[in-house]
Amino acid sequence: MRDSVGTVRTVLLLGGRSEIGLAIVERLVREGAREVVLAARGGVEEPPSAPAALGATVHSLEFDATAPDTHTATVKEAVALVGDLDVVVDAFGVLGDQAGYEADPASAARAAAVNYTGHVSAGLAVAARLREQGHGALVVLSSVAGVRVRRFNFVYGSAKAGLDGFAQGLADSLHGSGARVLVVRPGYVPTRMSAHVDPAPFPATPGQVADAVSAGLRSGATTVWAPRVLQPLFAGLRLMPRPLWRRLGR
Amino acid sequence: MPSQPERPVLLTGWGRTAPTAARVVRPRTAAQVAEALAGAGPRGVLARGLGRSYGDAAQAAGGTVLDCTGLTGPIRLDTERGEVTVPAGVSFDRLIAHLLRRGHFVPVTPGTRQVTVGGAIAADVHGKNHHVDSSLGAHVRALTLALPTGEALRLTPAGDDPELFRATLGGMGLTGVITEATLAVLPVETSHMRVDTDRTDSLDATLDLMSRTDADYRYTVCWVDLLAQGGAMGRGVVTRADHARLRDLPPPLRRDPLRHRSGTLLAAPPWVPPGLLNSWTVGAFNTVYRGAAPRRRRGQAQPIGGFFHPLDAVRDWNRLYGPRGLTQYQFVVPFGAEETLVGIMEGLSRAGAPSFLTVLKRMGAATEGHLSFPRPGWTLAVDLPADLPGLGGLLRGFDERLLAAGGRLYLAKDGRADAETIHAMYPDLPAWRKVRERADPDGVLVSDLARRLRLL
Repeated sequence: MRDSVGTVRTVLLLGGRSEIGLAIVERLVREGAREVVLAARGGVEEPPSAPAALGATVHSLEFDATAPDTHTATVKEAVALVGDLDVVVDAFGVLGDQAGYEADPASAARAAAVNYTGHVSAGLAVAARLREQGHGALVVLSSVAGVRVRRFNFVYGSAKAGLDGFAQGLADSLHGSGARVLVVRPGYVPTRMSAHVDPAPFPATPGQVADAVSAGLRSGATTVWAPRVLQPLFAGLRLMPRPLWRRLGR
Repeated sequence: MPSQPERPVLLTGWGRTAPTAARVVRPRTAAQVAEALAGAGPRGVLARGLGRSYGDAAQAAGGTVLDCTGLTGPIRLDTERGEVTVPAGVSFDRLIAHLLRRGHFVPVTPGTRQVTVGGAIAADVHGKNHHVDSSLGAHVRALTLALPTGEALRLTPAGDDPELFRATLGGMGLTGVITEATLAVLPVETSHMRVDTDRTDSLDATLDLMSRTDADYRYTVCWVDLLAQGGAMGRGVVTRADHARLRDLPPPLRRDPLRHRSGTLLAAPPWVPPGLLNSWTVGAFNTVYRGAAPRRRRGQAQPIGGFFHPLDAVRDWNRLYGPRGLTQYQFVVPFGAEETLVGIMEGLSRAGAPSFLTVLKRMGAATEGHLSFPRPGWTLAVDLPADLPGLGGLLRGFDERLLAAGGRLYLAKDGRADAETIHAMYPDLPAWRKVRERADPDGVLVSDLARRLRLL
């Protein structure tokens, strides 16, 4: 559990190969976390060296975002490996490409399953465990793409919008249980997942997202933005008239 | 209609960090304690007193916490045997008031009266007389312990199960639930202390004065200014005292020599902005506080409350550290390891640690408790804002120096040490575990502290 100076001992990363997720894990290990579980499809054969080099024990776990029936079992396996879950980072997802989705509607539905419904079952499974243990934080990687959905990536954006709403509702349902949810809304983050899309203004590195998460976990925030300027920016963008919003470039 | 699940309660220690949720029940009798132990769920049970442990010692995430402040009842003073038998949920505040009226005092009191008798034994608390009288455990003549197995044992230092008695002194509530205790008491003529005060100008002068004059008084303590710069770092106010005899009191006080007032003068506001206590404000407080102390004063009559429990005058003073809370770092290093003590004090000073209650004290003989904290040596207690940047790393560095010097941390204050460090500091832990496993074979008793430090 979190100690009196805000350090956690155990971290479970759902989406064990996510660059942002791994940056958050590394940051928490740097601050003192000692047990890490990386959960991904097929397990994580070659985990990044940083957490182990910093003194943490790294475990790998099979986790399939598209198999909701298995999610409760996955959480139980993680608990069996490291005990109480202090922080769970929910970072799995696919970005894909809007044109491709439009050409192949079935692929869009599969992406939506990874980006939304997979988080519903995983999030509820994690929440049940956190409620039972009476402490812990679930960090949900949302996105500014879900704050106001744009025509250029509305398949991805609408799933993130659903996820963001789900995470906020889950946070409220956990209020008073000792467990909490931190919703993270990064902007454009240059990673392998986003390599095929054009850069957007106000980019953040995975490390900056990790900094925002670490600060949010310490302060008790419910939502963090990375970079921070996106919060006032999107407060304005939400008010932009539709005809103008529609024409907005990437 | 299905019954509503009972709402969990968020609990923290006195430091107000790291809340966890538990079901709270409030037993009023030993029978109700036994009932609660028997009905334990998979996440265990723990007794809690008045919540003055700073860290996570009195919380059990996901489990059941017994609020033992309801375990009250008559206090039975036996002046012939010089002992008092008291239900474990009675506070030191009430016990001291009861005893003083009858010309007696507790054998040991911590820096607050707001602790229960059970909690004080479970932490084996010490006071300003440790160098003379050891910790509370040395004065426990008997205690009644409710075990998860359903038994209730009356334990004494030389009774049928002296090992379980030992394991319970400082055992952090993990060997059973204390429901009643018999403590030795100290006869006193007045409710005042005869206090000698000296102001020192440097750390060397502080250490020297304390080393030289400790043995002359039953009670000594030093308030230290860590924020003073350069050679003035470690200057302080040394107070030493004995219980005042009737003849020590000025005539107006002699009319009612055992008069005692508890209660609070002020209360901290319910919300305080983060960062109120910083190196500037605390530095200024330190300068004023030290300046207000006399350079040298002898034989001042001071009420017991003002001498032992000055912070009890400010209710909820822990709120002054703001919403992120505080962590207290208290350690003891053996005599001869002054270099480590001074090194850590300098480290705190360099970090600008805004501790407005930094207390230095010399400790004497240890008790038998396996996990009891006090050892002969110097003990320093520092309050630190939990959000002080880099605090975790700073304290981990101190932990290493303590280990190298044969020092240890106080479990009742800790909320952040790692398991390996504590295991190395408490060599009797394996022996304690054996006794505990006998008392609690199913592992019902558990706390967040025990989980974090892998004590069980």
